[in-house]
Amino acid sequence: MTVNSIEGKDGARRYPIQLMVNGDTYTFVVKGNRLLVDLLRKDLGLTGTKKGCELGNCGSCTVLVDGKPVDACLLLAVEADGSEITTIEGVAQSEALDKLQDSFIDKAAIQCGYCTPGMILSAKALLSRIPHPNEQQVRAAISGNLCRCTGYVNIIKAVLAASQQEERRVEE
Amino acid sequence: MVISDFDYYRPSTVNEACDLLARFGNEAKVLAGGTDLLPKLKNELIAPRVLVSLKSISEIRGISHLPEQGIVIGAGVTHNGLVNSSLLQERYPAISEAAHSMANNQVRNLGTIGGNLVNALPSADLPPILIALDAFLTMTGPAGSRTMPLGEFFVGPQRSAILPDEILEKITIPDQPTTGSAYIKFGLRRSGALAVVGVAAGVVAEGAFVRSARIVLGAVAPTPIRVRVAEDLLAGREATEEVLEEVGRAAALECKPISDIRASEEYRRDMVRVFTKRALRKALHLPTIREGEQYDS
Repeated sequence: MTVNSIEGKDGARRYPIQLMVNGDTYTFVVKGNRLLVDLLRKDLGLTGTKKGCELGNCGSCTVLVDGKPVDACLLLAVEADGSEITTIEGVAQSEALDKLQDSFIDKAAIQCGYCTPGMILSAKALLSRIPHPNEQQVRAAISGNLCRCTGYVNIIKAVLAASQQEERRVEE
Repeated sequence: MVISDFDYYRPSTVNEACDLLARFGNEAKVLAGGTDLLPKLKNELIAPRVLVSLKSISEIRGISHLPEQGIVIGAGVTHNGLVNSSLLQERYPAISEAAHSMANNQVRNLGTIGGNLVNALPSADLPPILIALDAFLTMTGPAGSRTMPLGEFFVGPQRSAILPDEILEKITIPDQPTTGSAYIKFGLRRSGALAVVGVAAGVVAEGAFVRSARIVLGAVAPTPIRVRVAEDLLAGREATEEVLEEVGRAAALECKPISDIRASEEYRRDMVRVFTKRALRKALHLPTIREGEQYDS
């Protein structure tokens, strides 16, 4: 009726979990209070996932869990057991940047860069659901990601440009 | 922000979850989507020794229509599950719209309808529309299951009638003659903002002639409230602009808002008047009339 666990020297129980992160399968043994964001940053060294408000307001820790954007600061690692996780490090395909990443560079959609990983993952989830969104849909999709440089205009341009890029490829 | 150690259980049935809650009593908390619970843990408002996760309980997921029962929504359905349900979009789009008005996309992928109801925030967006559609809850505890109209579930801010060893299992919206429903919300931003005022309406009408109406307000009293004086004013009448204004004013008088960081009592009352009219117009499929044109909600 419950997950296996082992008791640590400190008396706290630990739980074995399995995650697929950016295509690779990992097994971890974590305490119940381990947050997914800390597991990614500290245990896997994937520091592209940022910590901001830590309360689910800012979206800087956005990752895709089974393709859906969620705040990794609000998800316990044990709760993500068995899931597929995509972080910003898993967006590029080997050496080639994702079209969204290229587009962000192209449109100067990055200022301090802190919100960028979360923005790109929210945008990626949008484009996989709606390949050719309108501006309203882009705005709605990134409304859980705050850019404190307030560079939203170029971010929206970048997402729209990336969505049109694919159209060009189809036409070719 | 540090979360204290706790033991984690992930039962696979409602009955197993109830057994765990009975065993650990006050030391246990239920973990659904976690979007309310984790901030509380991080801010050390609570420090349970045990968390009982509902994640692996498949019986509380899914939305279906059952003959002679109505639409049954599992308590573990996420807000985006409500937004994207073709069954709800077809039958009660107002529920999908209310879910879409909540928090932000990342939170809507985690948070659940059950968690939203049990947390019992006065400003929660789902209770008004669900009460307006006469929803009832099924809760299961050690002694078995019981049902309760959602309108009787809330007893105060963050206080509901669920017992510590009970699990909210499902929400049922009975089949009904309702011809239209709506939930509209006024928040300080479009995304990530709590309701300053939320108004839900469900009507049985022929054109603009209203046989009966349910009007439920959120964020303007310790619990969501039905404004029955306003409802009675509308029943059996043609919903002209004058009648709707009368109904809006009655609703504004009936609610009990507080002044806080988001709005004053006076402002909330006036927004109740305006948004009651708008919600009714929407539920009656009447064209929107705006006072001035400056508000865009």
